[in-house]
Amino acid sequence: MSKADKKLVIFSDIDVEKALKNALQKPRPDLISEVRESGLKGRGGAGFPTAVKWNLAASAQGDRKFVICNADEGEPGTFKDRVLLTDYAEQLVAGMVLAGYAVGAKEGIIYLRAEYTYLRKNLEATLEKMRGRKLLGKKISGKDFEFDIHIHMGSGAYICGEETALIESLEGHRGEPRNRPPFPVTVGYLGCPTSVNNVETFITALHIVEKGAKWFKTYGTEKSTGTKLFSVSGDCDKPGVYELPMGITIKKLLETVGGEDAKAVQVGGASGTCVPRKDFDRAIAYEDVSTGGSIIVFGPFRDMLEVAINFMEFFCDESCGQCTPCRLGTETLLEGLDMLDEGKCSLKYLRELCSLGETMQVASKCGLGQSAPNAFLSIVENFKSEILDSRCTCR
Amino acid sequence: MLASERDQLKAEIIKMAKKHDQHRSGLIPVLQHVQNVSRHISPEAMQDIAEAFKIHPVEVQGVVSFYSFLSTEKKGKFIVRLCRTISCDMAGKEAVANQLENELDIEFGETTDDGMFTLEFTNCLGMCDQGPAMLVNEDIYAKVTPEKVADIIDSYRNRFGAHVTQGEHA
Repeated sequence: MSKADKKLVIFSDIDVEKALKNALQKPRPDLISEVRESGLKGRGGAGFPTAVKWNLAASAQGDRKFVICNADEGEPGTFKDRVLLTDYAEQLVAGMVLAGYAVGAKEGIIYLRAEYTYLRKNLEATLEKMRGRKLLGKKISGKDFEFDIHIHMGSGAYICGEETALIESLEGHRGEPRNRPPFPVTVGYLGCPTSVNNVETFITALHIVEKGAKWFKTYGTEKSTGTKLFSVSGDCDKPGVYELPMGITIKKLLETVGGEDAKAVQVGGASGTCVPRKDFDRAIAYEDVSTGGSIIVFGPFRDMLEVAINFMEFFCDESCGQCTPCRLGTETLLEGLDMLDEGKCSLKYLRELCSLGETMQVASKCGLGQSAPNAFLSIVENFKSEILDSRCTCR
Repeated sequence: MLASERDQLKAEIIKMAKKHDQHRSGLIPVLQHVQNVSRHISPEAMQDIAEAFKIHPVEVQGVVSFYSFLSTEKKGKFIVRLCRTISCDMAGKEAVANQLENELDIEFGETTDDGMFTLEFTNCLGMCDQGPAMLVNEDIYAKVTPEKVADIIDSYRNRFGAHVTQGEHA
């Protein structure tokens, strides 16, 4: 596996204890401004500026606040958090303590997906070890600051990676996203101000606070600073987790992972976009093709319609069913894909389906429904002739 | 379920609910426990859980039906969950699925007659770089091939205490 090939930011060496102690010596606003200065955006995929989130949670009224780690990594093609939770758990815990200190929270929760139950034992051991070293619990590193973390297991629902659905799930409800506003930073878990961040975000923030925003910004682009972990799978020679600077072109990435002959790349998982070969010069960054880290490579012989069907089946299964555009839209798009597969879809109807997809993008309640048609739309747009040619019933 | 078993489970439910101050945030941990112990969440258990948390049973059922790791139907002692998402699909999950059906003599969604194995598809397991991947209860298997399927299944079948009918899974 190539995760240690390059040590840029997240995989660079760090003395966790020293980094955390240094951070806790700084005034809280300084921590947040260092993170703001770095331009760090949420690494789960949504790309919301981390410092803004922390600042809102810090300034929100409330005696009780929470820091939640979103370890409900469920986006198809994403597995970088699994690697972090396995090999970098100490950094995650330290990052959460740092966030707790910055926003004024005493309680942290790791929401770990049910599929990762096998990682729990190691995580619990790490928490215990950190408590023993006075880096977690009461009077952390001798300061008058307490923060502790417990693990909450998910129960198998992709939608719980959406932060308000995650909070609903923590509170013992169906994981159905809430209306926003209010945002979790003001009204979150148990009605308290809550900052929900991705595993990678906490770890990146720890590095930034220790090594400085300036250093972080030497990587990446102006709008997408730093590096990012990419989970690469599919038709390439070297699948695995890679740390690469933001703004890297798809072409360059494919060279790195040995997938130069790809005919398309799915960037951002099932909810992301399918980029055809002609667009491989595009950059992976928030301002161009955005991703939470999922890169799925499709080789020259892949049937793109099968790919689209697989993604749409996923969404039909994982739609929480709360809002109509998503619940019925995903079903209707899947039926359309099946018609295409049978070679029985008129172009007129296909246009209607595309228009339905665009409606879902604006009318769905949460990110799942809004992004569910992305793969459908980009695959139909870029591979229409391939699909129609290969499914001709007159043959 | 025997009456004494239900009483025992009920006592556990009440104890766990108390630990969470009967707050609803303890509901899912209790459901997970019941699922683990009795391999499903029966209508009776839902009643008991609702009582313990002072909520309507339909609220409990609503939660149970939402999550794919909770079920009202009794599952096998070992739940085999094969990833069907794109990367594992491209890596050859179909052949593995076929062999799983052959070894267990059931189809996906079914449980073997002896109550040992349930076969299910699941969405992305986060092992996309090492597909096809599958979970057996909490254990993860990567790069599964049709040839490996029988050995994996046997390792559970031959596990000490696997045939004990009651109690937590081996």
